[in-house]
Parts: sequence; structure tokens; C-alpha cells
Amino acid sequence: MTQPQLETSPKVSDEVRKTTCYMCACRCGINVHLKEGEDGKQRVSYIEGNKDHPVNRGVLCAKGSAGIMQVNAPSRLQSPMKRVGPRGSGEFEPIGWDEALDIAAGWLAPLREKAPEKLAFFTGRDQSQSFTSFFAQNFGTPNYAAHGGFCSVNMAAAGIYTMGGAFWEFGQPDWERTKLFMLFGVAEDHDSNPIKMGLGRLKERGAKVIGVNPIRTGYNAVADEWVGITPGTDGLFILALVHELLKAGKIDLDYLALRTNAPVLVNSDPNSPEYGLFLRDKAGKELVIDKRTGKPAAFDADGVEPDLGGTHRAKGITHRPIFHMLAERYLDPKYAPEAVAEQCGISAGRIRKIAAELARVAFDEAFEIEQEWTDFRGVTHKTMQGRPVSFHSMRGISAHANGFQTCRALHVLQILLGSVEVPGGFRFKPPYPKPATAHPKPHCKVTPGAPLDGPHLGFVHGPDDLALDANGNPARIDKAFTWENPMSAHGLMHMVISNAYAGDPYKIDTLFLYMANMSWNSSMNTGGVMKMLTDTDENGDYVIPRIIYSDAYSSEMVAYADLILPDATYLERHDCISLLDRPICEADAVADAIRWPVIEPDRDVRGFQTVLVQLGAKLGLPGFTNDDGSAKYEDYADYMVNHMRRPGVGPLAGFRGAGDEGGRGDINPDQLDAYIENGGFWMEHVPEEAMYYKPWNKAYQDWAVKMGFYDAPQPYLFQLYVEPMRKFQLAAEGHGDRQPPDHLRDQIKATMDPLPIWYETDQTGNEGYTVNALTQRPMAMYHSWGSQNAWLRQIHGHNPLYVPSKIWAENGFEEGDWAKVSSPHGAITVPVAHMAALNENTVWTWNAIGKRKGAWALEKDAPEATKGFLLNHLIHELLPPKGDGLRWSNSDPITGQAAWFDLKVKIEKVAAPDECLPKMGEQQSPVGTGPKALAWKVQ
Amino acid sequence: MTTLPASTEKKLGLVIDLDTCVGCHACVVSCKGWNTENYGAPLSDQDPYGADPSGTFLNRVHSYEVQPTEGPAQLIHFPKSCLHCDDAPCVTVCPTGASYKRVEDGIVLVNETDCIGCGLCAWACPYGAREMDQAAGVMKKCTLCVDRIYNENLPEEDRQPACVRTCPAGARHFGDLGDPDSDVSQLVAERGGMDLMPEQGTSPVNKYLPPRPKDTWEEVDILAPLLEPVAPEADGLLGWLDRTLGKVGGK
Amino acid sequence: MHPAPSIIVFTVLSGLGFGLLTFLGLGIPTVFGGVAFGYFTVAYLLAVIGLASSAFHLGNPQRALKAFTQWRSSWLSREACLSVATLLVMGIYGAGLVFFNTKLSTLGLLGSLLSVATVFATSMIYGQLKTVPRWNSWTTPALFVTLSLAGGALLAGQIVFTLAFLVLAGLLQIVAWILGDGRFELAGSTQQTATGLGSIGTVRHFESPHTGTNYLLREMVHQVGRKHAQTLRAISLGLMVILPVVLLWLGVNYVTVGLAAISHIAGALASRWLFFAEAEHVVGLYYGKR
Ligand SMILES: Nc1nc2c(c(=O)[nH]1)N[C@H]1C(S)=C(S)[C@@H](COP(=O)(O)OP(=O)(O)OC[C@H]3O[C@@H](n4cnc5c(=O)[nH]c(N)nc54)[C@H](O)[C@@H]3O)O[C@H]1N2
Ligand SMILES: Nc1nc2c(c(=O)[nH]1)N[C@H]1C(S)=C(S)[C@@H](COP(=O)(O)OP(=O)(O)OC[C@H]3O[C@@H](n4cnc5c(=O)[nH]c(N)nc54)[C@H](O)[C@@H]3O)O[C@H]1N2
Ligand code: SF4
Ligand code: SF4
Ligand code: SF4
Ligand code: SF4
Ligand code: SF4
Ligand SMILES: [Mo]
Repeated sequence: MTQPQLETSPKVSDEVRKTTCYMCACRCGINVHLKEGEDGKQRVSYIEGNKDHPVNRGVLCAKGSAGIMQVNAPSRLQSPMKRVGPRGSGEFEPIGWDEALDIAAGWLAPLREKAPEKLAFFTGRDQSQSFTSFFAQNFGTPNYAAHGGFCSVNMAAAGIYTMGGAFWEFGQPDWERTKLFMLFGVAEDHDSNPIKMGLGRLKERGAKVIGVNPIRTGYNAVADEWVGITPGTDGLFILALVHELLKAGKIDLDYLALRTNAPVLVNSDPNSPEYGLFLRDKAGKELVIDKRTGKPAAFDADGVEPDLGGTHRAKGITHRPIFHMLAERYLDPKYAPEAVAEQCGISAGRIRKIAAELARVAFDEAFEIEQEWTDFRGVTHKTMQGRPVSFHSMRGISAHANGFQTCRALHVLQILLGSVEVPGGFRFKPPYPKPATAHPKPHCKVTPGAPLDGPHLGFVHGPDDLALDANGNPARIDKAFTWENPMSAHGLMHMVISNAYAGDPYKIDTLFLYMANMSWNSSMNTGGVMKMLTDTDENGDYVIPRIIYSDAYSSEMVAYADLILPDATYLERHDCISLLDRPICEADAVADAIRWPVIEPDRDVRGFQTVLVQLGAKLGLPGFTNDDGSAKYEDYADYMVNHMRRPGVGPLAGFRGAGDEGGRGDINPDQLDAYIENGGFWMEHVPEEAMYYKPWNKAYQDWAVKMGFYDAPQPYLFQLYVEPMRKFQLAAEGHGDRQPPDHLRDQIKATMDPLPIWYETDQTGNEGYTVNALTQRPMAMYHSWGSQNAWLRQIHGHNPLYVPSKIWAENGFEEGDWAKVSSPHGAITVPVAHMAALNENTVWTWNAIGKRKGAWALEKDAPEATKGFLLNHLIHELLPPKGDGLRWSNSDPITGQAAWFDLKVKIEKVAAPDECLPKMGEQQSPVGTGPKALAWKVQ
Repeated sequence: MTTLPASTEKKLGLVIDLDTCVGCHACVVSCKGWNTENYGAPLSDQDPYGADPSGTFLNRVHSYEVQPTEGPAQLIHFPKSCLHCDDAPCVTVCPTGASYKRVEDGIVLVNETDCIGCGLCAWACPYGAREMDQAAGVMKKCTLCVDRIYNENLPEEDRQPACVRTCPAGARHFGDLGDPDSDVSQLVAERGGMDLMPEQGTSPVNKYLPPRPKDTWEEVDILAPLLEPVAPEADGLLGWLDRTLGKVGGK
Repeated sequence: MHPAPSIIVFTVLSGLGFGLLTFLGLGIPTVFGGVAFGYFTVAYLLAVIGLASSAFHLGNPQRALKAFTQWRSSWLSREACLSVATLLVMGIYGAGLVFFNTKLSTLGLLGSLLSVATVFATSMIYGQLKTVPRWNSWTTPALFVTLSLAGGALLAGQIVFTLAFLVLAGLLQIVAWILGDGRFELAGSTQQTATGLGSIGTVRHFESPHTGTNYLLREMVHQVGRKHAQTLRAISLGLMVILPVVLLWLGVNYVTVGLAAISHIAGALASRWLFFAEAEHVVGLYYGKR
């Protein structure tokens, strides 16, 4: 018999449209294949990665490939809706867009006239913060932020205050050159495909990977060395590494002297009101001792050679270089490996070995690149010094209440090794680096009927920058930039509902949320939040009077809104992945991108940004209307092209002017077509000479100005010592006019140390709860969205609680058992499973798999609702009461970052209930449920 | 076509690197997407939004925990699709001839128009590489993307399996394992590529690269001077500063 | 393996049918006319119902004819060909007996051989599978064929043959169970060989590729509890062999033979259920199911 004839060149599709993925915030480039369906309409038939795209270079993750199941999901909202049943019930009536916009404007216009702060506008997963904040600013409310406060502000803020950029998606290891890569507390991250690609490259080259994580899955599973650290102790571990490196002198002294504030002189007189502040010249420049003269000089003066050793006495006060203070602190035996080993759960020998390897690779395997460059002091260097050790980190260290200081400690370690912005080390992605001082400060001045006085979010540099009203009370509903958490650069989205409910610091009228599942997986204390959203006052009115929400799908949050503004899916709308927001750049190149409607929506939905454009015009907001009152922009696409933030700088940096200008340039009416033609993105390479040493590199600084990242060169020093933190401490010590309330003085003094420290997070109320409970992102699921996806939910349809061998044995657990897991705040009963590659005192589960019955167009007995669960029921947004009558939030005292991973529990075996406890009731589905079978093929 | 060819011109197959696979399931879903839209019947799903969702997948990723005698347990992600065996038992059991191994490249395929859906080939496969599609009633299996690798409608660089093209970590390699000089054969030689269940006598073409040794820093001699102190403890901070800074410029 | 009712019924009934045909072909008993018609009808019904029920197992039964093409290599194809050949040959032979009062002995002998060969082929569908070590043994064809002959003899009213084959089948069944229990280990497939990770340490399945189920798990990873299996073994052996033997020992009449047949069939069904339910496919190793 002969084998069958096979068509090996079948037609793949009718057309390929290139746009940007949004199955998560990594924003990879995708080729969307389209075929004509039965109805003659173009349908998505296959999605693959775009090989030219800087982010993913052709690869695509599981979520990205499953996009076809998302744009066709039965859970897609169909039209605007207004609530008809009680909040939380999910009973809605479909309405038209005119009515929806009338209702929204009807609620918002009066607020704007009288008290704009009564609108709280918070956004979740979106990537258009420069636009949504523009709306909020124009509206005039101070109450705007995105989700960064509960996500990873510790990481972002520590990075920016220390070195002008963070890990996250603002920087990346030099994947091609690094030889030792150390990963702290990362399961997936936003740089999802790039990290995997990078790890793949390291493996190919035989570079070593160290994974520091209580849990050994995913990236940590492929790591050559696994450090199963006790949660919350990374700071201590890192400072022990610093101790060892200092003791052995294995630090990069040239780098410290030239690139960091190590030589900067600090007032060392404990009696001075400026104790701990920098010695500055009249122009406000930090002073260092210039080795050439032995005299103080501005750090950036031409040819200055800062001395790490020199002290300076002036007006009776001794000024010491930061380097002295740093050495003094970390050489202390309390940071010796032996002293920390037990607490960290890592043997002293292993800590030493890691320190030794870091030193060996950084210094013995150092190399130079033949590339001349000139630094900001005008000194030209023949080569670039490489230090092939690099680090990456994310929420594992940042989502603890000591996370800011831990992230800082890690940056200090990187800097001591001289491995930031050097070949083989950690590199920034343009428009980063950008020092904290180049960012705006927070603004909160409300004028009824007028825009806010400036951008909401930013970086404070001392007590004067706090967002306090005339009486010293919090100006913002989330209490960001207050004495409770002064450096809360991203706001505190996780406190909004709780504070609004408590009327603390004041009551609001309308809560306007976008793309955040706040009644479910993105809130702490989920059950409590559901009550706050539905609770009524003595008149029977809802305590939070109005809720507007924009979602694309039938999520849990939909049920709690009064008005639903249904968004189009990511393949049906315009989006702008802008340099003004969270960029998609690579260390070698600046890049931005768009999404565009590669298919038409088949429902009565609108891109939310377009809805904001229309609402802005309807409300007559200045940024959205022309002088004659007519709408300034037709829709979001129009805004993307025609809005100017600063002269020559708009939302999109590519194809400006005649289409050939990048960065700055005139408006180009054909800009979007140019993007589409180019595969949906724009990219321009960093010049060779500017590739490394960006903060200090003249060529980079000039290029950055040309590209419009900033208006004048901003060379700066890495801040081993963060002076603004000292200013808050000084205030707490009684200096200055703006004074913290007494109950916060000790906290500020103790935690806001300008040199990284480690402290145990507040354990009051945790007596008897000794087991750490964590969550991790599954690579094949994005928060709550994945469950509506017929393909992805087969992979993660429910989640067990993984229990380490010791606790497994202690409880006599067997496969199929259930356990009651309790925290001081609540209890859940859930299925357990055994895992040996796990810190012996830690349990964990996949994040956001559990679903409420009736949500996501799933059937009521879906495993997500019966066997899937959230740890969020156990985590409270407030710490257990301390008996002082105050509300202490479960956040980092410096930034307000939600401390998800500080959770402590106890665990006991119980008989299996019929489904997970607590049962959270059921919501009606405004979209019904999905079909009984699928066989998806466009023909 | 139930008899196996005596030999094949090429032995196309995959090499999967267990040292690199992070278990992201990208290959799983990309395979599902491609094969739903291409070769044969779509890969269907039953109860996709209900209590017991299940569907046809041609590639799935397991994970195993391995406990060495010394050191901590390891976790290994383990993708598995058809291994395109040289001595494929799934082919010889097939009563209809629907299952066959291609002479030109060794790809094992199911000709769906001949398949009666008896399921026997799935029973004969030790690896669980075949799944009967519940909607179409025909046997589905990895086609090694036979409709991609030669497809002239695709740019040359895309003529590789969907799962390989998409794998973010680069843990999947595609090539001719019959050619000892091919990249994949070299990789197998260098890294000690292995067969799964060799005792089953299937002679799989696909190879697995074992994880590299891990946790070699676990046992460290505390007394060994890994990092020499700059100054004796007794010299204190000043001594340390003196000696440390003495190095500046001198290097 | 999943004990699919259609396959259990198929193998048991067709085994009985072909067993009966074996005896009829040999002329044991030699019957003519109406009596022959009765015997042949029973045999054909059993064989054909069995075959038809196997079609329930097919995803695309309308293409069943294609299954006759691969007799050179596929036991399933051979079984199809042989069963049809048997039915054709025995059809002619039977027609001779029923309508022409003629006994075409050579044809009958050929039919008998074909009948046994059919049952053998059926058994080899399972017996050939290296992936199911419990089946991959001489005991599988031996037991299938003996059981078919025992059942056939019983239906053919051949008490001596019945007793002999029943006892033999009983013994073979016990041997099959005992040997079968050790075959998985003997075959040497373990989680270590399945994953190739054995050189690092002990392998344990951690996460399944999906939280739900799939075709493979439904089809091949069915496990019956050990205690449960022991009870069922006893019941099956009791009904399939012991009770019929005792009944026939007590006396041979319509009642005892009838009861013996019912008991035997029930026992054979139970045994066949166990044949599947106890069989472990090596793919279970990938799912940590062993
Ligand atoms: N226990 C625990 N809880 C956590 C965390 C944890 O680690 N552990 N992590 C926290 C962190 S870091 C984060 S960022 C949050 C994330 O939590 P959320 O920000 O709530 O994220 P999602 O679940 O993705 O929900 C976003 C909502 O956006 C909707 N959506 C999806 N696509 C679109 C669209 O195109 N348009 C519109 N308008 N809406 C859309 C979805 O339907 C969903 O309702 O969770 C937090 N919660
Ligand atoms: N596939 C997918 N990708 C995502 C998301 C998603 O939902 N799905 N969400 C996106 C979002 S919003 C975010 S914020 C990022 C977050 O990306 P990640 O930072 O990777 O977030 P998590 O998954 O929460 O992982 C936290 C990790 O820290 C570890 N960990 C916890 N406590 C400690 C500790 O004290 N020390 C150390 N060393 N490790 C610790 C946990 O074990 C876990 O591995 O991912 C983004 N990317
Ligand atoms: S990482 Fe995956 S989901 Fe996220 S943007 Fe990239 S392809 Fe899409
Ligand atoms: S795509 Fe690559 S890394 Fe991800 S599971 Fe598959 S083989 Fe592993
Ligand atoms: S892996 Fe299984 S299906 Fe593939 S050729 Fe080998 S035996 Fe056949
Ligand atoms: S299921 Fe199809 S391919 Fe498999 S053995 Fe049966 S007929 Fe052949
Ligand atoms: S080669 Fe093609 S069919 Fe086979 S697993 Fe990969 S994507 Fe699936
Ligand atoms: Mo996040």
C-alpha cells in the first residue's frame, strides 16, 4: 500500500494583522491570522508571536496563544447596563450608550462643580495611565491611581529612589553577557516572555541561575541553585551578602566613587537639625571631596575625582562620606552569615558560598567592551567595564511590609558589585533611567469646577511634598502620601473601598473603577469588601452611593456596579502602549506600540478610552473640549495621534512629523497607519556609545533629550543613601514644621532609614499563626481572566493548597484531603496537596483561580467555584487591632504597598465539605453561560 | 499502511530540554490553536464552560518532583507529545491503515478519513500521545506540524512546528535526528539525550535532554575561606577603610 | 483500563458464540434441521450481537469496512476478517445442516478452526499490547480460548467438555491473576523509566497537565481497589466456574444446565470486567497513577 497523499502547503489564512497582545501586561507583538467565516466576516483563526517585535521576538505564551478563546468568550459583556437588582446580585437591564453616558455625566457633573474629590477614579490592569490620569486631572479629583499600590510599588519606588529605575519592566539583565543571574521572589512577572527567553539564553550559554524563593516551581525549578528562603527575610539575607562582600573588600570602589553617592558628605552631628542630610553647595549640589584638591566639590563638577575616604569639617560639624556609614553599618557582626542563617533558613556556609560566587564572577570574570564613552564630568573612557552578575526580582520581596527596604538592600548589593548599567549586569530600558527628582511630585489641590493643580502621583522628597490638606489631614481617599506611608508613589488602591466605606478621611459619592476585579481577587478581605460595597446606611442608601465600572467581561466586580460601561476586547479597539506609561522598550532600544481593531466588535461595546474621551467632552473638561465647547477628540485613536503632552511629545513617539521622526516631532495624521504597516510598533535603537552607563553617559543623556524622555540632560548619582527618607525621620524626631502625628513617630524613625535595613514585619495578633501562606501566578493564567478561556481553564480549573513535607506529615495528610486554613482574620476550607520542593514552613496556592458562582459565564458547578479558592479571604487590608483604637493598614509603612505575602496561618485537617468554604453566594450572569461543546475552526 | 517502513529517509522529531523548560504551557496552547485550525478535524472541547471541562490536546506538560538522596527536592516540567517512534506500536495495531509512518521523514500520522475511532492505537502507545477527539470520533495526535514544516505559504523561518516556534524558553528543538550532523543530533550527543521508556522497545525519535546537576553549592565547608577578609577584625572600621581604600586607583 | 460495557459484552458474547460454533463445526453435537437452526441461531446471535456491540466503541462505525484491510499486521483487522470468514464458512456449513440435512464435515472443521482462530485473534488484540503488561502474556489467549470453549461446550450441552474446559479455564484464570499481579513490575516500566529522571532520584508526579480529566485518563487510567478486586475475583470465579461445575455435578437437566449457563455468563462478564479494570496501562505512570 502507498501512504496517503498529503497537502503539505495548505493555505494558512486570508490575512495577517499585526497588533499587540493583551492577555497580560507583557504586551508582546502578535500576528493575528484571519479567515473568512461562514457569515463572510473576518474571524480570528490563529494567533502567533510577531518575530520582529522587540518584546517577544516571535514567541508567545500560553495565554497569548489562547487569545482566540478570549475574544470569542461567552462571558463578553454585550451592551451597557444599569443595575436593577440589589448590588451584588448581578441583575441588570441593558441600555444604550446615550443613556449610559447621560447617567454617568449626570452623576459626575454636579460633583465636579461642588466637590470633585467625591469622585474616586481608580484603574486596574490598564496600560493607559497617562490618559486615565489626564481625565482625572482634568476632572479635578485628587482621587486617582492605578493598581500599582497593591501590586509592586515597593519595587518601583525603591528602584527609582535608589537608581532611577526598577526591575519590573523598567530594566532587564544583560541576558547576552551575564554569567551569574540571581532571581529573588519571581514566579512569572510582567516581563513574562522576555524573562523566559532570557533564561533560555542563559541556559544555552551555560550561565548559572540562582533562584531565591520559598517555592521551587517554574523559573526557580530550572535554577541551578535553589535557595528556599523563609518568606520576608530576604533583606536580612541580602545584607549578609553585603557584609561578606564588604569584609572581603569585594566591591567596585571606582564605580562607587564615580557613579554613586557613596562619596557624598553627610552631616554627622547628632545634635544638628540637619543631621543625616547632605552637605550641598549654594546651587544645591551634593558635595564630595575631590581627590585632586582634597577639598569639597560639587559631585558633577568637571573632572572631579570623588574620594570615598575623605571627611570634611565645616562650621564645627563633621561630614562623613556615605561610604563610611555604609561600611560601618554592614560590617557589623549582626549581619554576619551565622547571625542570620537561622532566621533566613539558609545555612551560613551557603550564604558565604553565594557571596563568594558573586564576587568571583563580578571581579574575576570581569571583562571590558571596546567602546569609548564620555561621562557627565567630561571624562572620556576608552572601554566599558563589564561585571557579569545580574539580578531580577519582583513581588516576592516587594509584597511584604518590609519590602521597600528589602528592594533597596538588593539595589545596594547590585551597586556595590558595580553591576548596574554595565555590560553583563542589570540594564535600564529607556525612557529609564530617570531619577526620582526628575519625576513629578504628587498634587492634590482641588478647585471645584477646575482641573487639579498637577499630576496625582509622583515622588516625594520630604514632608513638604505630602498630600495633606490645610489641617494636615489626608487629601486623598486612599491616604497616599501621608505620614502613614509617605512614599506611596502609586497610591493605595487596596484601601479605597475600605476608606470610602469608613468615610475616613472623608466620604465619597462615586466610585469609578476600570479593569479591576475589586470585589474579588484584587482585594484583600474579599468577603468584607463585598459587604462594604453592598452595605446601606440608616436611610437605606448604599454607603458608597454610586459605582461605575468598565469591564469587558462578566467578572465578579460587574455584579457590584450600578452602571456598566462594557469595553471592547483587545483585538477590537485602539490602545496606546506609550512611553508616557509603562513602556515596552528593551535595554537596547526605545519602543512603543499600538493596538488597533483587527476585528470589529459584534456587540454594543466601546473601547473604554473612547468612552472616556466622550465623557470628558460631555462634562466639558478642558483637556477634552475645544474653546468653542466642541469635543476635542472624536475617539481614542484621534487622541493617540493628536494629543500633545509637551511640545513635540505625544502619546506615541514613533513616526512623528512626516513619518520619519522618532521621539519628538509634529503631529502626523497618518501615524496609526505607519504603526500598522510596521507591525503595530515603533522602535529606535540606542546608539552604540550610549548602550551602557546610561545615567552618566553624555551620549545617552543627549539622545534621551532628543527622544523627549526629558527636556535637559539629567545625569545623577545612584542613591545608596536616600536623603528624603532621612527628612521624614528628622520630622519624626521633631524637626521642621510639618510634623507627623505622635502615634506614627516611632514607626517613621524605625522604618525610614536612609540606608537599607531589615526589620521583622508587624506580628501583633499573629500569635499561634506560624505558617507562611503565599500565592503564585500560574504562567498559563492571568489573574481572574483566564477562567473564562475554554482552553486555559482546562489547565488550571481549580487549585490545591500545596503543603510542605513536614506539615504534611504532622497533620497526617493524604492525597485527596482537605484542610481548614485560618488566619487571625478568617478561615477557609480547601483541598491540600503535597510538595517537597518547598520551604518547610510555607504553604501556597495558585493565585486567582477561585471564582464566584455565576461569574465569567461559567456554570454554577464549575470547579473554579466549587474547588477553587482565594487566599484573599484570609488577608485583611488592616492589621489585627492593637488596642490603640487606630486602623493600621496591612501595608509597607514607607510606600503603602499591600503586604499580601505577610500572611500567617495555621492549618488543620478536616473532613471534606461538598465545596470550598466560605461559600460566597451566587451572582446572576448578565450573559448566560457558555455552550456545551466547542470545535473551533473557521471555515 | 499498518506496516512500518523498513527505514525512513529522515527522522524528523523534537528534542526537549528538561533543564530549560519552565512549564509555561505555551507549547500546549499554541499546538491546540494551530491544530484546531489546521490538519484534520478541529481539536474539540467538551463541557468547556461547565463542571468537567475536557478536550483534545496533542501536547501536554506534566511536572514531576524528584527527590535526590542528598539535597532538596527538584521540580521538573515535562512536556510530552508524540515521539514519532521508529518502532511505533500504534501504527502496527491499526486495523484500517489510518495510522502510518511516513517514509520520507518518519512522521507518524493518522489519516482521519480512514480512521474508525477504535482507539486501539492509543492503547498501544506507551506515552499517552494519542487522544480520540470526542466530537469527531477520530484519533488525534501530534503531526509534527507536517502542514507547517514544508508549507510554502509560510515564510521559511516559520517552517517549524508551532510549539517550537512559540516556546519562550527555547526548550524545544526540531530537526532530523537521523542525521548525526544535524543541530539536534549534536545537542543530543552533547547533553546525553535520552529515550523515554526504552524498555517498551518503541525506539522513539524524540529525545529528552536531562536536567543539569542542581544544588551543587548545597554542601559547603563552613571553614573554607571563600572570601578573604581585607583586614583583621581587630582593626575595626578604620583598618578596613584604610586597606580597602588603599586599593583605589591602585588597580 | 476503563471497563467499557460494550467491549466486555462484545468479548464475552462473541467468545460464547464462536465457542458454540467451534463445537457445532466439529459436529459435537451433530444436529440437523430445526434443532440445528436453533443452535446456529443462538451461536450467530451471540457472535453478531458481540460484534455489533463492539461497533458502539467506534468513533466512526460507518467506516468499519476499512478494518478488514490490515490483516497482515493488525490483530484487530485479523479478528474482523476471521470473524467474517468464520461466519461465512459456518453459514454454509449450517445451511447444509439446516436446509439440506447434509454435513459438510471438512467445511465444519475449517469453521471450527476459524472460530478458535477468531477468539484467539480477539485475545491477541489485548495480548499483544506491551503497554498493558497484565495482558501481554500467554495467559490472555489461553484464557480467552478456553473460556470460549467452555462456554461453547456448555451451550452445546457437552457436559464432559464443559467440565473439562471449565476446570481448565478456572485454573488458567487463577494463573492469569497470579502472574498478572506481577507483570507490571516484570515489564520494568516505572516512573523513573517513563520520565528518564530516575538517575536523579525518586520521581513523584507533582502536577497533572490539567486539573480536569482527559481521554487518556478516562480510557486507560481506571483503577479498581485491591480489596474490591479480590472480592470480585472470588465472585467471578465462583459464578464462572465453581457454581456451574457444582450444578452440573448435581445433575444434568434443563434447569441445572440453564442455571449453569446463566451463572457462567455472569461470571465470565465479571471476569472480563476485571480483565479490564485490573489492567494497568503504562501511561498511568505519567500521571502518577500506579
Ligand atoms: N492573594 C493574592 N491576591 C492578589 C495578588 C496576590 O499575589 N495574591 N496580587 C495582586 C496584584 S499584584 C494584582 S495586580 C491584582 C490583580 O487583580 P485585578 O487588577 O483585579 O486583575 P484581574 O483579575 O486581571 O481583573 C481585571 C479585570 O479586568 C477585566 N478586563 C480584562 N480585560 C479587559 C479589557 O480589555 N477591558 C476592560 N475594561 N476590562 C478588562 C477582567 O474581566 C477583570 O474583571 O491582584 C492582587 N491580588
Ligand atoms: N501568567 C501571569 N503573568 C502575570 C500575572 C498573572 O496573573 N499571570 N500577573 C502580573 C502581575 S499583576 C504581577 S504584579 C506580576 C507579578 O509577578 P511575580 O512577582 O512573579 O508575582 P507572584 O506570582 O506573586 O510571585 C511571587 C513570588 O515570590 C515568591 N515569594 C513570596 N514571598 C517571598 C519572599 O519573602 N522571598 C522570596 N524570595 N520570594 C517570595 C513566591 O513564592 C512567588 O514565587 O506578574 C504579572 N504577570
Ligand atoms: S506574555 Fe503572553 S499574554 Fe502576556 S502579552 Fe505576551 S503573549 Fe500576551
Ligand atoms: S513552551 Fe517551552 S518552556 Fe513552556 S512548557 Fe513548553 S517546552 Fe516548556
Ligand atoms: S509516541 Fe505513541 S503515538 Fe507516537 S509514534 Fe510512539 S507509540 Fe505512536
Ligand atoms: S483509532 Fe483510528 S488510527 Fe487508531 S487504530 Fe483505530 S482506526 Fe487506526
Ligand atoms: S509538533 Fe505540532 S502537532 Fe506536534 S506537539 Fe508541536 S505543535 Fe503540536
Ligand atoms: Mo500586579
